[in-house]
Amino acid sequence: MNSGLASEIGQLALEHLTLVIVSMSIAIAAAVPAGILITRRAAWRPWLLGFANVMQTIPSLALFGFLIPVPLIGGIGKRTAIVALVLYALLPIMRNTLVGILGVDAAVRESAVAMGMTGRQLLWRVEMPLAARTILAGIRVATVTTIGTATIAAAIGGGGLGVFIFRGIASVDTAQILAGAVPAACIALAADGALGWVERRWTN
Amino acid sequence: MAGRYLALRREPVDGVSAVVEFRAASYRIGAREILKSLSLTVEAGETLVLLGRSGSGKTTALKMVNGLLFPSAGEVLVDATPTTAWEPVRLKRRIGYVIQEIGLFPHYTVAQNVGLVPRLENWDGDRIRERVDTLLRQVGLDPELFAARYPAQLSGGQRQRVGVARALAADPSVLLFDEPFGAVDPVTRLDLQKQFLALRRDLGKTSIFVTHDVREALMLATRIALLRDGRLELLATPRQFQDSAGDEALAFLECLDWKANPQ
Repeated sequence: MNSGLASEIGQLALEHLTLVIVSMSIAIAAAVPAGILITRRAAWRPWLLGFANVMQTIPSLALFGFLIPVPLIGGIGKRTAIVALVLYALLPIMRNTLVGILGVDAAVRESAVAMGMTGRQLLWRVEMPLAARTILAGIRVATVTTIGTATIAAAIGGGGLGVFIFRGIASVDTAQILAGAVPAACIALAADGALGWVERRWTN
Repeated sequence: MAGRYLALRREPVDGVSAVVEFRAASYRIGAREILKSLSLTVEAGETLVLLGRSGSGKTTALKMVNGLLFPSAGEVLVDATPTTAWEPVRLKRRIGYVIQEIGLFPHYTVAQNVGLVPRLENWDGDRIRERVDTLLRQVGLDPELFAARYPAQLSGGQRQRVGVARALAADPSVLLFDEPFGAVDPVTRLDLQKQFLALRRDLGKTSIFVTHDVREALMLATRIALLRDGRLELLATPRQFQDSAGDEALAFLECLDWKANPQ
């Protein structure tokens, strides 16, 4: 492998990782509070879950494409790619937050309330720690999916390892496709392993 | 029939404070009236047992004391203040609550579970530790052995002891028990019941205790309030209860005799 290719892989892998980290941070910051909200407001559940669900059902390449003409968040480039990746990652995180919190034993919740915990204490001291494992599992699934999906960002000028893949497809060059696919798969495996470790560590 | 038993109701006497008072308290969900105009006073230091079949309204009555439920008509007073006028968190922290499912926090150690309310009340660390040690000893658990364990590492009886210690933690003025010993084997249950009597002797806490087990009621109560379909059927000392001729009391007493003479 020549050094030019190696440095390009390094650079695009970094770009890819940035896309994933930025998208996941935004997705977590939006989907965890949304998940908590719908444990409190059952009436909002079908709407928020429905929205996240619809986002997931749109084929990813199409979702990137749909966003191009949208003002403010659309266009060509990283911003659009991040918006698409965020929309894509919402469902597993929101759903697992909901399921994790609703799964807390009713007797545990009742005794927390009867001990005189405020709503906030109930959430942070009881519900969130007990739901942590489920929420982390959702984040893990979303992260691994996002690493794969982020390769499509290259189709709308978002950069990342997808650049190799699209270039390889266009020039029927398997080596180029592998130069994108193999590092992306490695990042996904590493992220899965790392988040799995956090999950076990955090929740013994 | 109600009139005959109402005469047994003690009126508040000077010097004896009514800690909890139900004043014509009712509770309804939709058209269903679960509790029908319950009037009852619980005095300092006594153990009032609410006895009744499933669905008689006894748990509903209990949950009205610490504000988990509020009466749809009438009122419940704690320390002479209606529960609706209490700040909800303050009221709950003043009242200990023990339930059959115990509801220990699985992610907290025994010590953290017992020290929860003191921690919510911002006691300092040393005082909490001391309090937890004292309480664990009081319920018959060696702090050295148990403080660092998690609920999953305890037997059912030990868990229930931790539940009682947790309810006692912030020195509440009233303790509520909702069939606390219903889910343990009979030998462990007797142990826990003896423990309860010993604690009452040592601490003199006012308790309201829900059960459907007439033997337990007779053993633990200073007074028994018999509920039937949401109505107070009888309010009596255990001795008076055993001499009662009311249908529902007889139905419960029959369980007792039947157990004593299984032929």
